[in-house]
Amino acid sequence: MADTLSSLALPLGQNAGGGAENAPPPDIPAEAKKRQNINFGDLVFQGSTAFFAFLVFALVFLMAYEMFKGSSLSIEKFGWSFLAREIWDPVQEEYGALVFIFGTIVSSVLALIIALPLSIGVAVFLSELAPSWLEKPVSMLIELLAAIPSIVYGLWGVFVLVPWLRISVEPFLSKSLKFLPLFKGAPYGFGMLAAGIILSIMVLPIITSISRDVLKAIPTMQREAALALGATRWETTRIILSDARSGLLGATLLGLGRAVGETMAVTMVIGNRPEISASLFAPGYTMASVIANEFTEATSDMYISSLIEIALILFAVTVLLNAAARLIVWSVTKKFKNA
Amino acid sequence: MKSLTIALLLLVASLVAGEAALAQMKLNGAGATFPYVIYSKWFDIYSKKSGVEFNYQSIGSGGGIKQVTEGTVDFGASDAFLTEAQMSAIKEKQGSDVVHIPTVMGAVVLSYNLPAAGKDLRLSPDVLAGIYLGQITNWNDSKIAAINPGKNLPDQAIIVAHRSDGSGTTNIFTDYLMKVSKLWALSVGKGTSVNWPVGLGGKGNEGVAGLIKQSEGAIGYVELAYAVQNNLPYALLQNKSGNFVQASFDAVSAAAASFADNMPSDFRLMITDAGGKDAYPISGFTWLLIYKDMKDKTKAQEITKFLKWAMTDGQAYAKDLYYAPLPGAVAKLCLQKIDTITIN
Repeated sequence: MADTLSSLALPLGQNAGGGAENAPPPDIPAEAKKRQNINFGDLVFQGSTAFFAFLVFALVFLMAYEMFKGSSLSIEKFGWSFLAREIWDPVQEEYGALVFIFGTIVSSVLALIIALPLSIGVAVFLSELAPSWLEKPVSMLIELLAAIPSIVYGLWGVFVLVPWLRISVEPFLSKSLKFLPLFKGAPYGFGMLAAGIILSIMVLPIITSISRDVLKAIPTMQREAALALGATRWETTRIILSDARSGLLGATLLGLGRAVGETMAVTMVIGNRPEISASLFAPGYTMASVIANEFTEATSDMYISSLIEIALILFAVTVLLNAAARLIVWSVTKKFKNA
Repeated sequence: MKSLTIALLLLVASLVAGEAALAQMKLNGAGATFPYVIYSKWFDIYSKKSGVEFNYQSIGSGGGIKQVTEGTVDFGASDAFLTEAQMSAIKEKQGSDVVHIPTVMGAVVLSYNLPAAGKDLRLSPDVLAGIYLGQITNWNDSKIAAINPGKNLPDQAIIVAHRSDGSGTTNIFTDYLMKVSKLWALSVGKGTSVNWPVGLGGKGNEGVAGLIKQSEGAIGYVELAYAVQNNLPYALLQNKSGNFVQASFDAVSAAAASFADNMPSDFRLMITDAGGKDAYPISGFTWLLIYKDMKDKTKAQEITKFLKWAMTDGQAYAKDLYYAPLPGAVAKLCLQKIDTITIN
């Protein structure tokens, strides 16, 4: 009886003196250890949750492994040159990823160029300036944008955005900015520009809501200090923005990750032409689109293998972007928690 | 009297038992999306009639061929016939040859958006290949004018549209271009996806139709069924005999009929560029892929019964669902072929 009591008391005592951080671990008697481990339910609970957690890891590695295995044929044949080859010819069985990598990067970067100022502007308004009765509904509306299925964006793109681009925007751009190679060529409406605009609307909610959270994480003291020193609202906001810049970068990268992987809406408006062109009016092709388009009817082994290798490249790009974004966001929040 | 009652009871009992046994019967298939509408109609009607259940997944011809190779389905479906390599792969893995049974036909039409020219624009094989090769780039080209006397052909750039997803439609269309243009055969070739010299890609028939509707001066190819259902205007096409033919279910059946006399015994034949006077030149079969030697006796019996029904009564449903029925001569050849399916 006394033994049981002491084993119960020990952890309590430990808690009481928990302030000393560098104290050596107290010697737990063997009896007490046994007592701690004896709860079978806890063991099962711990074990099963750990199992699930590792399952996620295993899943990611299994996916990578499967894709690597699936693309072995094409890796063997084309090697690293697969990344730099511009040709995509299923008839001659000649494949390369360059046009798709180009298309993915250009459409995503274009989306960011459009979405970033908008998102940061909205985030600053919501976190710094908006009265609270306005903040809630506006944030909700913006998060609602993220809930719209991408096929709906695609349909809107085909029936509203593309005709508008073809009839008004593209002729105007090509007339007024004739000297830029970016705005040359026939205005189809479908093409890189349409894809970039659709994507910018799709990444806007992600960047906005994360940026808002990052800005809100900055201590109020910072603002008060700036205002107390006589800074204007604008100057205060600039200080806050520069404090939050790595967090904002993280938000941007997460948005980029979304843009890189987006498939359906892009496929519907980009024109699906494996070609590298300087003009934003020209049709293009992305990695996600070519997989969605061609995988179902790909019959030869080399064809399938090349498509899987594109999936592998896309997977690698997405994982890297997300990891970078998480790291940056994590580092900025940690910095302020410690402060 | 008593014995008669017993006999009747026995008969009823055996019928019920037979029904029950058949109700267990389930045939799995996978493949082409193009014939999905008529296949699901067939499976629905036939299973009500016979009690055999069908489970068909329209995952695309490529997927269907893969599943037939792996032996995970009882039958497959494809818009393109198997290559020698694919046939021998199946023989190796499943120990059986594959029989191709054509079921219905479809056609590919050229839809266009050129309000100035109005309806019934005419195209010749030469002009069509020229447009898709990027050699003819304006609607006022003299080659187009030569076959369209009296038509108002504006000075308007041609916007070429094609399928971006791999599809049997593309396979038929490029097969035709290959037959009519040496340059196409040399520089592009045929397949479910090809490296297009020019043009914009749309996903599915609806994607191509969208591209055409949205862009004045556009031309693109879609399935006949899709064009008819959606009232898209489509061009008359000059066939091998020199006639400009409007695509219709009869013109498609005529294309198959003109091959009936020298149909290869395995039905692996593209009927593009057919010789008949009224034949529409960009037509094609869609096939069911059946194992020649089947391991399961009841399954084999049920499949052959179903195929025979599809070749006869089933054909009547084709036109309502916008497919061209097989001409009688071809259906007859198919019935003979079905009899060669054996049980291991």
